[in-house]
Amino acid sequence: MDKRVANAEEAVNDIQDNMTLMLGGFGLCGIPENCIAALVKKGVKGLTCIANNAGVDDFGIGLLLKTRQVKKMISSYVGENAEFERQLLSGELEVDLIPQGTLATRCLAAGYGMPAIFTPAGVGTEVAIGKETRKFMVEGVEKEFLMEYAFDADFAIVKAWKGDTHGNLIFKGTARNFNPIMAMAGRITIAEVEELVPAGELDPNNIHTPGIYVHRIFKGVNYQKRIEQRTVRKRI
Amino acid sequence: MLDKIGIAKRIAKEIKNNHYVNLGIGIPTLVANYIPKGMNVVLQSENGLLGMGPFPFEGEEDPDLVNAGKQTITTVSGSAFFDSAMSFGMIRARKVDLTILGAMEVADNGDIANWKIPGKMVKGMGGAMDLVASAKHIIVAMQHVNKEGESKLLKKCDLPLTGISCVKKIVTELAVLDITPRGFQLLERAPGVSIEQIKNATAGRLIIEGEIPEMIID
Repeated sequence: MDKRVANAEEAVNDIQDNMTLMLGGFGLCGIPENCIAALVKKGVKGLTCIANNAGVDDFGIGLLLKTRQVKKMISSYVGENAEFERQLLSGELEVDLIPQGTLATRCLAAGYGMPAIFTPAGVGTEVAIGKETRKFMVEGVEKEFLMEYAFDADFAIVKAWKGDTHGNLIFKGTARNFNPIMAMAGRITIAEVEELVPAGELDPNNIHTPGIYVHRIFKGVNYQKRIEQRTVRKRI
Repeated sequence: MLDKIGIAKRIAKEIKNNHYVNLGIGIPTLVANYIPKGMNVVLQSENGLLGMGPFPFEGEEDPDLVNAGKQTITTVSGSAFFDSAMSFGMIRARKVDLTILGAMEVADNGDIANWKIPGKMVKGMGGAMDLVASAKHIIVAMQHVNKEGESKLLKKCDLPLTGISCVKKIVTELAVLDITPRGFQLLERAPGVSIEQIKNATAGRLIIEGEIPEMIID
């Protein structure tokens, strides 16, 4: 079993216009940089992107927004991208802003084979409009929950630290975030990794995402790993 | 009157030993600097970290180590990384003891609005709705009045809501207040601030019972 592809271009080769993509990352941390660049180069349009954030104006998903390749974003926070906010306010871009926990759990539901989940996030707010609600007893008190559906994504594109030829993945630090759950949820999952090793080198105890979820894997190149807010403290 | 640091210092006094705490962006992040020495507190970062530490020294920034505000951070010993589903799972399942976040408006029934100004600021709610819907204890750090002097502690929020009937305690530049079934209950005055000032600044139902002491801020 060898799931390797040569590079990002090969990995995204059959992604077409109007598809729904999941993209891992939190801000610019843990984003699939090579695949995003390959999608820009490929020029696919009309994309629906499920991603927590929209990158910054000139990096991450911001690159796909600049080239107007995105029809719809499903995200929880887009504050770092002025172009996104502009396209949103002007109506050029369709946006579903959803609670971050709901975003994460709808990915999880897809990956865990559950058609829907119940969450208290958004009850009583505009997020609840048009949604089914149900009451459950929680710690002796009746509480209202929203029903939210599992996502259905054509592709999940994730970034990991290490991977092997079977598609097993290990993540690093806070670059993990949405990547493992999106990896489970895509109909086809593409993983770009910093280190790619033969099956057998990674300790099975350390695997974060078992290879069954991953269809294509490649070693990425030239990671910029940009920092959005470089904050430091002084040595005394 | 308190400045942002004063508000952060006063909120830090609410943290208990061995608490797991989530700090929102803005003033809440400053609270980390004023946790009493010797107190054991584990800071949860919604993007997948328990055991958030201070900012790194210059030159030691790690792009794979950021907090909910995308700032570079470090970890403390005993920390753990996990994915976003687990992160919000532990929030929803009430494993996090205390949530501290900011607000634009709070109503006297505990409704909170802190994510959207229609037509002007639509950045998104991030993790705020999950946090306010689930947290065991919620403390809000906010300005009592806006730049025009209008109250932000209201009978009813005008801005789109983040959550309903969820805020328990508020610390502003003027006061510390609890939210009770009868409305805002004044607990403490900021140094140099009078009861009159607080009354004039509060549009929602305000209960003042007994002697209201001045805050003690180190």
